Amino acid sequence: MRLFLTAFFATVLWAPVSWAQDAAGAVGLDERINQTISPVTNAIAGIVFYSVPITDDVGLPVIVVWLVVAAAFATFYFNFISVRAFRHAVDLVKGDYSNPKDAGEVSHFQALATALSGTVGLGNIAGVAIAVSIGGPGATFWMILAGFLGMSLKFAECTLGVKYRNEYEDGTVSGGPMYYLSKGLAEKGMGGLGKFLAVFFAICCIAGSLGGGNMFQANQSFQQFVNVTGGEASFMADKGWLFGLIVAALVGVVIIGGIQSIAKVTEKIVPFMAIIYVTAALVIIVMNYDLVPAAFGAIIGGAFSPEGVAGGFVGALIQGFRRAAFSNEAGIGSASIAHSAVRTKEPITEGLVALHEPFIDTIVICTMTALVIVITGVYTAGSGMGGVELTSLAFESAFSWFPYVLALAVILFAFSTMLSWSYYGAKCWTYLFGESRSMDLLFKLIFCIFVVIGASMNLGPVVDFSDSAIFAMSIANIIGLYILFPVVKAELTSYWSRLKSGEIRKYTSSEAAE
Amino acid sequence: MADTLLVGVDGSEGGTRAAKFASKRAKESGARLVVAYVIEWSPYTFNTPQENEQRHKRREEEITRAESEVIQPLVSAMKGEGIDAEGVVRHGHAAEVLSQLAREHKAGQIFIGRLGMSKLKAMLFGSVAGSLVQVSPVPVTVIP
Repeated sequence: MRLFLTAFFATVLWAPVSWAQDAAGAVGLDERINQTISPVTNAIAGIVFYSVPITDDVGLPVIVVWLVVAAAFATFYFNFISVRAFRHAVDLVKGDYSNPKDAGEVSHFQALATALSGTVGLGNIAGVAIAVSIGGPGATFWMILAGFLGMSLKFAECTLGVKYRNEYEDGTVSGGPMYYLSKGLAEKGMGGLGKFLAVFFAICCIAGSLGGGNMFQANQSFQQFVNVTGGEASFMADKGWLFGLIVAALVGVVIIGGIQSIAKVTEKIVPFMAIIYVTAALVIIVMNYDLVPAAFGAIIGGAFSPEGVAGGFVGALIQGFRRAAFSNEAGIGSASIAHSAVRTKEPITEGLVALHEPFIDTIVICTMTALVIVITGVYTAGSGMGGVELTSLAFESAFSWFPYVLALAVILFAFSTMLSWSYYGAKCWTYLFGESRSMDLLFKLIFCIFVVIGASMNLGPVVDFSDSAIFAMSIANIIGLYILFPVVKAELTSYWSRLKSGEIRKYTSSEAAE
Repeated sequence: MADTLLVGVDGSEGGTRAAKFASKRAKESGARLVVAYVIEWSPYTFNTPQENEQRHKRREEEITRAESEVIQPLVSAMKGEGIDAEGVVRHGHAAEVLSQLAREHKAGQIFIGRLGMSKLKAMLFGSVAGSLVQVSPVPVTVIP
């Protein structure tokens, strides 16, 4: 087995180099990788994004409706839990309700921070730019609305993730949709369906991990790298595969080589990059305070009657919803895997903490990006530009040096998102193929190969594949959520009444003595 | 009821000196002695998913190691001398946990060792002795 893997890895590493030599003449290597992979990704995207035509040139993807309806249903079914429990969730994150006896275990804060580092990433920087460049400023409004609705959905899936996780003899835990789909539905007498959905979810999650969690990240960080090193003239301009190999090597060192110190450093730098990013955005907004009302006007006006957007109102709405879902991953099920590691007796508390994830990710960070793009007006000037280049241009118009900071932020965000998704993917892979070290290793090798492919391709096919793989996860996840919503409701009702009656109280220092 | 004394140890030489000093005092006065090992930990750190998954297991390992390598030898030696000694291992910030333990066990005094850090180092990394003196509910004796 080991020999096989070594040979496999060697082949994969050397193949691009030999192609590069062949391809030096006519077509660039990046172009060849692109031509080979695009038909496949286009076919997959075509199935997942089956659209109902609304007008001649715009269709409404069924999958977007699927997500938004589920998020809206959860919001009403749990009676606006995202508003009701917002304050209580803050107290939970602060640790006011954590038993001091559990000191040393994974805290609510740590589970939230880990899940956030998987979601806060390029979706917030590049995804928003894509939404605004295609859907106009109005897409921002729909993005915020989708973020708000997504909070309730995230609450449900993270509660279930903790409730139905596996706790092993050695003290490690595994949770996520594959476990609540199989175990939760079995409790409801639908074991067969549960098993099927769990397997379907796991397959999609592996694809999502390779797509949105990997190729999209590699692609966008390469774009920004080329951007700051001189654009077309950059020495790296047509060497996406080389950039991919370097990133793949770094990812490989961490996830295969087990060099956790790199991961630890990344996890510590990323929150600061997020703070720098948001601060820079706030500074630009404050500097242009006179333009803010107009920007909000454009966002709200554009939401209902956009000008020059393909498909008008529906076009803006689709872009907003689509990017929000891609950014905060509510209904997708991925974050549930990360949240499941928390130590708590009440699964509902982790669900409540998870409410903050779409809030921070979409309502705060995505809105900042959107405001900067709208205020600086680059979305009209930079025609033909999408993704991270547009965001970079918007920040550059205020601070000429910011693209360099952004390049660093993008690469670090991308790196931490890749690490998180490699974990999600590996969890699903081992769920399907058995929890053995060799299976884990095999997946991680495949993961590294996709870094190279992602960096070499054009943006279009990469976005389509990333979106379709990630959205496909929601098909199985949300079917299961509808069936399990009553379980979450029962947990919530019980917890909420004990909280109101004072049975569940904050721990004060004197009480901890008991 | 006899007095209770609390001593913080961490496997270092300073901690051992503090334990010796405290057991001498306990023997003289016939006080009960609580020997505490605090494993430095904060709920507000950023971890990788792998670390979170393994956390419960690691915590158990950390506690077992602290007990078997530091607490047990000290406590059994103290018991051998006829002292009513008890060991405890906790996670958290050393100064906060020691203050907390002093309240829990109604200890009359806390003994700790010190690292002998330079001023600069103490300013950068914070010293347990320095912060414990500020937050402790009872007198603190720092053993050089």
